[in-house]
Amino acid sequence: MAIDIDLAEIAQLFIEESMEGLDIMESGLLNLDLGDADTETMNSIFRAAHSIKGGGATFGFMEISNFAHHVETLLDEMRQGDRPVTKDGVDLMLQSVDCIREMINSLADGDVDTTRADELEIDLAKMLGSDASPDPADVTEAAADAASESPGAPIVGWEIKFEPHPGILKSCNDPLRILRELRKLGELEVRSIGASKLLLGEFDPEECHVAWQMTLHGGIALEQIKEIFDWVSDECELSIDPIRDENAPQPPAEVVKESTEDTVTPPPKPAAKKASKSSSSSQDGGSIRVNIDKVDALINLVGELVITQSMLSRFNSDFDFTQIEQLREGLTQLSRNTRELQESVMAIRMLPISFAFSRFPRLVRDTGNALNKKVDLQLVGETTELDKTVLEKIGDPLVHLVRNSLDHGLETPEARVAAGKPETGILQLNAYHEGGNIIIQVIDDGAGINKDRVLAKARERGIVGPDEILSDEKINNLIFMAGFSTVDQVSDLSGRGVGMDVVRRNIGDLGGTVSVKSETGVGSTFTIRLPLTLAILDGQLVRVGSQSYIIPLISIVETIQTNDEKVNEIVGKSELFKLRDEYLSVLRLYEMFGVQADSTRIDDGLLVVAEANGHRVGILVDDLLEQQQVVIKSLEANYRQMPGISGATILGDGTVALILDVPGLIQLFYERNADVQNNVHQVA
Amino acid sequence: MTVALRKEEELAADIEAGGAGGQYLTFMMAGEEYGIEILKVQEIKGWDTVTPIPNTPEHVLGVLNLRGAVVPIINLRQRFGLETIEYGTTTVVIVVKMTDDDQERTVGLVVDAVADAYRLESEEIQPPPDMGGAVNTEFVLGLATVGEKMVILIEVDRLIDFSDLDAAPDAANEADATIAEDKGQ
Repeated sequence: MAIDIDLAEIAQLFIEESMEGLDIMESGLLNLDLGDADTETMNSIFRAAHSIKGGGATFGFMEISNFAHHVETLLDEMRQGDRPVTKDGVDLMLQSVDCIREMINSLADGDVDTTRADELEIDLAKMLGSDASPDPADVTEAAADAASESPGAPIVGWEIKFEPHPGILKSCNDPLRILRELRKLGELEVRSIGASKLLLGEFDPEECHVAWQMTLHGGIALEQIKEIFDWVSDECELSIDPIRDENAPQPPAEVVKESTEDTVTPPPKPAAKKASKSSSSSQDGGSIRVNIDKVDALINLVGELVITQSMLSRFNSDFDFTQIEQLREGLTQLSRNTRELQESVMAIRMLPISFAFSRFPRLVRDTGNALNKKVDLQLVGETTELDKTVLEKIGDPLVHLVRNSLDHGLETPEARVAAGKPETGILQLNAYHEGGNIIIQVIDDGAGINKDRVLAKARERGIVGPDEILSDEKINNLIFMAGFSTVDQVSDLSGRGVGMDVVRRNIGDLGGTVSVKSETGVGSTFTIRLPLTLAILDGQLVRVGSQSYIIPLISIVETIQTNDEKVNEIVGKSELFKLRDEYLSVLRLYEMFGVQADSTRIDDGLLVVAEANGHRVGILVDDLLEQQQVVIKSLEANYRQMPGISGATILGDGTVALILDVPGLIQLFYERNADVQNNVHQVA
Repeated sequence: MTVALRKEEELAADIEAGGAGGQYLTFMMAGEEYGIEILKVQEIKGWDTVTPIPNTPEHVLGVLNLRGAVVPIINLRQRFGLETIEYGTTTVVIVVKMTDDDQERTVGLVVDAVADAYRLESEEIQPPPDMGGAVNTEFVLGLATVGEKMVILIEVDRLIDFSDLDAAPDAANEADATIAEDKGQ
């Protein structure tokens, strides 16, 4: 086949578009008002299903196309108003959407599992068969469909009547091609009808005046025939009726179905496999859709940069000091161009957070149903943009938080009424920018965190000492500890004690933080704070001896000056200092990194109080230098990852400065302390 | 000495295929002339101060900004177990491309001075002799004679150990656990 060349690439496009189509279907279905469906929504759902079906057939993914066809038929009846939009119908549709999604996903692995599709197909057929009131205009199709599905004598052939509209040739469709295609399926008898109407005087050579009556022999699936007529279905009168072998014994319905399935599947398999293999490889690279406006803005900026450059290059050949003012102006312009260019390039990687939010209406609906809770999901700030990499990685932590809020936070309708709250709980996802960060909040108006229970559990597990008094905030944040769960009954959703610690770790990996505020009986608010991008960070330059290091600003709580008297040394070389009401360890950076510091006395240096994963330490440095935005360069690219260092950057003077990985550094610090303590124990 | 044996075989195979022949850039270190395949060399630049990376082997001097890329710098004297000297005006950094597990990395090698470039035919190159376990022939590709001089040819790809610290995530988990315990006390 000539079209084989780029089929894989186009098939990838089909997969991407189908995924978008499925999202449209899903959100449309979720927005449908039962009983009174909005025509526009219904149409968009239908269109999405239709293009998936068409695309599937074109690329030979017959399993998908066939299944989508059944979905489309049901949708069509709903769209035409012949079938009321019922909850069962919508649920079935949602299941079908999931099923198609799974099938498309499995295309990447090469094999499409149709068991689920087959089950759903039976459900769909049942719904179509039971209370359907078929549209008279659609009778042929529906009847044929029903015929293929309903139990009866085995089909031995098809009676096809094909009457093209006169204008069919103008749309570049060749009826003879269709006949040729049909012949490939099996033995074909063709009788032309209607040609006798031709009068030589009225004959227009650009119109089609012929119609055909055909008999196709063999146990061919209806879908295969329909596929051939796919392109001309709007431009002809078509009827396809099965010819049954009445003498054959009546087999059960399942067998008929299976036999038709069998005839369908074998031919497209190799094509599907081939296409999917290459598609999975191309998926690895990852692509991004960029708004054309952003690209235009970028081109404009590059244009300006070129102008500035040519202006500056004038000074290269002849320069005298009278032009110093112009030079300065040019340099200012250059720095402005550079900054704008940087922002624009970053903007290309920015996507609205709605990509991450879009899965939640469905998730909340399903989870709410499973838990018998009434939930009103509110999405705020969906257009807030963030880096694609961050966006991709924030999805799972968010799902954890939302599930947690649904399971632990919101109460059952009865409990809510008893507490004097409206029956339906509110779950809000809120996103906004604050400084160079994006803030994502998961807010519920549920019962809040049961502090007594959390504390009791923490004491039981030995995380908190029996006499330790903790602030409310500290108690709330205990839920992020590993292996911590207050739910006695492990449910399908949460309670296994993994989850919140994973959430915190995942967000920590992205250079962000997560915290919780909660008030008993009023609700909880989880706040995720993330950098907008992973390529640039706000850093604080610090100096230790002759070396400069960068501490990410997001990790720094404050910087203090203290003196040796306020620092206590406890067994095993751990130094602690008191900051207001808590004791923090002193992490001597020169010791960790083995460099020469100006002074080893705490009086002479500064303590940068940094926080990671809920642990705070004071990092001892010689001096604070300026704050600046730094571009992150990987150490791994040419060397390897180093503990305690997340990367490097290049400073204004061209030298390299290392960026500290605060969580890693704290871990390294605790590990070393543990080693020291072990040694002490051994000596003792 | 299985390592050396295997390399000998490899080299023999190389020589047969005409692989070891080609152009070599030579440099001086402690009076000896060493050669590396010229196609591996990206550029030669003067010595510049580097930013040290903590907790790395001694021969890794640190990293340098090479037109926006962060490149590690190796002290080849230390790598070969030679005594270190003060760096002077002739000290140069040879920037080479190393291939390690299909990944290409740029690395700078600090040497005393650059010497010459030669074209060596495969038959002029001999496999390194077995000098006993005491001598580290790990990176030696072979020996070549140019005029009266002997040139030691070096396998660039074997100079640095890039292996990542695979155990790091586990160690992190343990650290978390110890932190949790600390809090409990």
